[in-house]
Amino acid sequence: MNRRQFFKLCAAGAATSAISALGLMSEKAYAAVREFKLISAKETRNNCCYCSVGCGLLMYSKGSNGKNAEQTIFHIEGDADHPVNRGALCPKGAGLVDYVNSPNRLKYPEYRAPGSNEWTRISWDDAFQRIARLLKNDRDANLIEKNSAGTTVNRWLSTGMMTSSAMPNEGGYITQKFARALGLVAIDTIARN
Amino acid sequence: MTNHWIDIKNSNVIIIMGGNAAEAHPVGFGWVTEAMQHNNAKLVVVDPRFTRSAAVADYYAPLRSGTDIAFLLGVIRYLIETKQVNYDYVKAYTNAGYIVREDFSFNEGLFSGFNEETDSYDKESWYYELDEEGHAKIDPGFENPRCVWNLMKQHVDRYDFETVSNITGTPIADYEVVCQQIGSTHTHDRAATFMYALGWTHHTKGAQNIRSMAMVQLLLGNIGVLGGGVNALRGHSNVQGATDMGLLCQSLPGYLKLPSDKDTDLKTYLKHNTPIALRPDQTNYWQNYPKFFISQMKSYWGDNATAANDFGYDWVPKWDKQYDFTKHLDMAYHGEVNGYIIQGVNAINSMPNRNKVLKALSNLKYMVVLDALATETATFWQNADGFNEVNPAEIMTEVFRLPTTCFAEEEGSIVNSGRWMQWHWKGANPPGEAKPDAEILSGVLMEMRKLYKQEGGKLPEPLNAISWDYHNPLAPHAEEVARELNGKDLLTNRQISSFAELKDDGSTASACWIYAGSWTEEGNLMARRDNHDPSGKGVTPGWAFAWPANRRVLYNRASCDLNGKPWDPKRTIVEWVDGKWHGIDVGDFNMKLTPQQSAGPFIMQPEGVGRFFALKLLAEGPFPEHYEPMESPIGVNPLHKVTSNPAVRMLPGVKETLGSHKDFPYVATTYCVTEHFNFWSTHARLAAISMPETFVEMDEMLAAEKGIANGDWVTVSSKRGSIQTKALVTKRLQPLKVNGQLVHTIGLPRHGSHNALTRKSYSCNVLTTEVGDANTQVPEFKAFLVNIAKAEGI
Amino acid sequence: MASQDIIRRSGTSGMTPAAKGRNSSEQVAKLFDATKCNGCKACQVSCSEWNDLREEVGTFQGSYQNPMSLSGQCWTLMEFHEVMESNKLRWQFTHSACMHCADPACLKACSTSGAIIQHANGVVDFDSDKCIGCGYCASACPFDVPKIDPKDNKAYKCTMCSDRLAVGLEPSCVKSCTTGALRFGSREDMLFYSEKRVAELKEKGFPKAGLYNPEGVGGTAMMMILHDITQPDSYNMPVDPQIPLSVTLWQDWVKPLGAAGLIATAAVACLHKITVGRNIVEEDQPGYQPPEEEVKDKEEDDQ
Repeated sequence: MNRRQFFKLCAAGAATSAISALGLMSEKAYAAVREFKLISAKETRNNCCYCSVGCGLLMYSKGSNGKNAEQTIFHIEGDADHPVNRGALCPKGAGLVDYVNSPNRLKYPEYRAPGSNEWTRISWDDAFQRIARLLKNDRDANLIEKNSAGTTVNRWLSTGMMTSSAMPNEGGYITQKFARALGLVAIDTIARN
Repeated sequence: MTNHWIDIKNSNVIIIMGGNAAEAHPVGFGWVTEAMQHNNAKLVVVDPRFTRSAAVADYYAPLRSGTDIAFLLGVIRYLIETKQVNYDYVKAYTNAGYIVREDFSFNEGLFSGFNEETDSYDKESWYYELDEEGHAKIDPGFENPRCVWNLMKQHVDRYDFETVSNITGTPIADYEVVCQQIGSTHTHDRAATFMYALGWTHHTKGAQNIRSMAMVQLLLGNIGVLGGGVNALRGHSNVQGATDMGLLCQSLPGYLKLPSDKDTDLKTYLKHNTPIALRPDQTNYWQNYPKFFISQMKSYWGDNATAANDFGYDWVPKWDKQYDFTKHLDMAYHGEVNGYIIQGVNAINSMPNRNKVLKALSNLKYMVVLDALATETATFWQNADGFNEVNPAEIMTEVFRLPTTCFAEEEGSIVNSGRWMQWHWKGANPPGEAKPDAEILSGVLMEMRKLYKQEGGKLPEPLNAISWDYHNPLAPHAEEVARELNGKDLLTNRQISSFAELKDDGSTASACWIYAGSWTEEGNLMARRDNHDPSGKGVTPGWAFAWPANRRVLYNRASCDLNGKPWDPKRTIVEWVDGKWHGIDVGDFNMKLTPQQSAGPFIMQPEGVGRFFALKLLAEGPFPEHYEPMESPIGVNPLHKVTSNPAVRMLPGVKETLGSHKDFPYVATTYCVTEHFNFWSTHARLAAISMPETFVEMDEMLAAEKGIANGDWVTVSSKRGSIQTKALVTKRLQPLKVNGQLVHTIGLPRHGSHNALTRKSYSCNVLTTEVGDANTQVPEFKAFLVNIAKAEGI
Repeated sequence: MASQDIIRRSGTSGMTPAAKGRNSSEQVAKLFDATKCNGCKACQVSCSEWNDLREEVGTFQGSYQNPMSLSGQCWTLMEFHEVMESNKLRWQFTHSACMHCADPACLKACSTSGAIIQHANGVVDFDSDKCIGCGYCASACPFDVPKIDPKDNKAYKCTMCSDRLAVGLEPSCVKSCTTGALRFGSREDMLFYSEKRVAELKEKGFPKAGLYNPEGVGGTAMMMILHDITQPDSYNMPVDPQIPLSVTLWQDWVKPLGAAGLIATAAVACLHKITVGRNIVEEDQPGYQPPEEEVKDKEEDDQ
């Protein structure tokens, strides 16, 4: 603090004291508040991913959604027009932005070799090819086409599938078709837990 | 839910039992406070723990975990005894007057037909007496001693207040108040709703817990009415959709059955699954089963499904056993499984008996994980001192970890507990190279097709025949699949608007008949966002689409009497006026029929009525009966010599993993707290801040006995393993007096993660048992035995 | 965006005239109905989310309460209290955040020009840009609300989401509340609603239900409906909060004595310089508009 500032501070203090003593401010005054952070943010409707109340969400993202801009979600709040939640969210829902942007989100396909103690980044193509190979080998070796009574059963028991309870129905149906086309029977969703 | 979230506001009495809505469904619970404030409703909470639901309840009654059936059968006895029964409803709309076969009996804890060698029932006798036409015989006056009403009365007669209190530990005074509150809704102008969740399903008799409640609701005339119903609060945001999609080991979409070995061909399969009406002039809606199934096959296989090849029936895999998680992981444990695809499931932390799951996964040759987050499951091979003790060099599993989008980065529909299919929109691109599940599975499938084409192999036909005619087969768009789920008329190529249009001749396709109407020629009805509620009763027909047929309250025909007059004019959903049906909701019946023609409101049942007597549907009997949990703190069933559910599936070697109350005297129960959703939210910083670490809850008396102070480190052990964690000593848990002894409950929140943003913690599935419900195989996470001791800190 | 009417501003007579957005002089209030709260923490999390606050991930401390207290990174906190009443357990929850006193001790104690502002609508707002971290607000507050964040040595607390209020929205906590335990509106409406609700509670078996709107601080813009108004301490709320005598002396007696005030102000500034060693001068702040006399002053200096 320089001399001038020190002087001004004292003067200001004295002046305030004088005015405050009267219990009034000398004239009408205005003050700034923090800038409203959603100005021009892109708003997208969604539903909470956690429980089955299915609360409506408004997600706010930076970036116009134009061709050259990458959007990032920086705020999520309840959709007041939603008839169930009417704007409210539980603490998990209120903190959803930290799930979307969690440091623990996976970003790249990774591979762990037998006996290895680490992940290696791989390409999607490599992942698809290797997985298809493993699935095919096991399916060719273990698919049961007929049971002991001679009935066609076409089931594959040596590979199983645990399915998501948070992906949309459309992903669910793709999963269903994928699994049954291969002959998988041991499929189950977390519904059971 | 037969009803939906907003409808809770129409209730007069709300019973939260087998769930904890304030903590697990907080926003849905908002409608409970709404009912309390604006409908003067009373909230009753029955729970082993004084929960956040109990905190705002008018009445709270504790009970010992695993004794809900005794509690509810006692309520039924009370209602019958005090004549607090909605007789009009019971006579018109239930099977109370139906006559049961002479050879059905219940004796010393067992129903007729039990085979002690196979530990299973021959259910032949669990059926109605039929007349010459194959219809069930009825005694409308309830005088026949063999009618359901009298058998039920006799069955529940043992459950008097003292007996119930002795089993459940609920003080009689508290119990009586709960009975009175429930009983008060037997009149036409009052309704009660039961809100339940995993607190009822996580038991070896979970399905019977729910049935007991459904019986109470039928007695009170509370099903099919506003403010009533049987309201399962589903867990995950789209677990309803996942089950609708048939992602279960014995299901196909729309609650069709995956064929079994017994369904040797299409004709046999359809015969097994198409019921014949048990009473004259009933809707018996499942008589349409062939239309739903053939249309589904047309959706699966497209043009490859023809009448000549039985619409591809042989390509659908057949089951011989129930290959649920528990069974299949047991097979993996025994080295019978080579691969697993794990999509959005943190199996290592959530499946029962963690040590066994770890061994099972280590036995795999390959594992493919599709997840948005870095879960402990994908890294089960990594050593995490104390939390996951493994030697990576010894684990030969090839593991793929594939990043998926999360809700915010994809389009599509999810189904809430009230069956609303809500479309959502993408707000941002996923991080890095993450892809939607549908694209990942498509990528794998297309590669497999290539391989089969190049080198041949076993049964390539279904793999090639499955319809994948998406604009980009590597990236099916949600809109394309949604249209496919709805279905179309193959002759006109128009989207169908109702499942009534489906045919069994291959001329229609619909992947999931109950979704018909969700994407019609009008467009995407799931994307509708008109929140208008014209009746003020919380029915918003223009918001999204509720399956089936945009119906918001199921069985709503039961809200009227036989002549179509609402039982309660203030709760009108549908009514017959001037020779026509009117209503605020889509009728759950054919609205072109007269009231007399459409009388049976439970249209999915071949007799059209609600069942007190469940026929052959459940494994352990047509009536619920109290059995102790597999691990019982009292070691006996005070009612008879059958201690635990006689029909549970006991896999070889599992009996040895069960502990005795002598070594493990305390009842443990697992649950979620409001701040977290299993392990998922532990990766979200805000949630981690609000609940940073797991703990166990225990009562003050037990803590004093063990010298444990609030915040101390403790060891909790079961026959399966032990964990170290911190104790929360609380007044919210109280020991209960059961069968002459004090039973203490230990509460175990299930959010322990060692790979998240919360503090590294043990996962409580180290302790849990894998024995499951006799019907669903849902493990008994809510009632098992542990011991507890003070520990050194870690 | 100086769009909010203010009626007082600490340590200065300086005005900040600017364009006026909307009429924000109507008295507002946030009402917390403890009898409806089930302690879900939606308010706590949405407060942190909206205000971009991230406290460190703590540890289990023997309670559902986390973190254990308000801080510079936690402006709203759900408190948990197990209370026995006539042998029955009541699990009580307190929505702990700034009470927005009509007569704010923090503002009176504040030594810095414009760091604490009372808007005409009753909201007491902190302008952290101007805060010098002296901590007087924290020690003066009878509710122990303002906290100095060690990261930047400035005082923070709930602003009633003044940024949301300014565009006509309710505070973030109120919007997210799952049970309707939090409400927001004009003070008049909140008082009207409280009266109805308290009467209802008395009928429902809570004869001691009442509104916590303590007079000692001139009433508060965050009011609470309690099961038992005679025992606010069971909610960890002071029974009769008062402005500390030292603050009253400072504000109402010392400061009016012009010269004495000047000396005291200087003392504070010096003390601050010595103890904290860091100061932020308002001229350095973006958007600063000097009051007229300063402009004059500056002109003189320049000459």
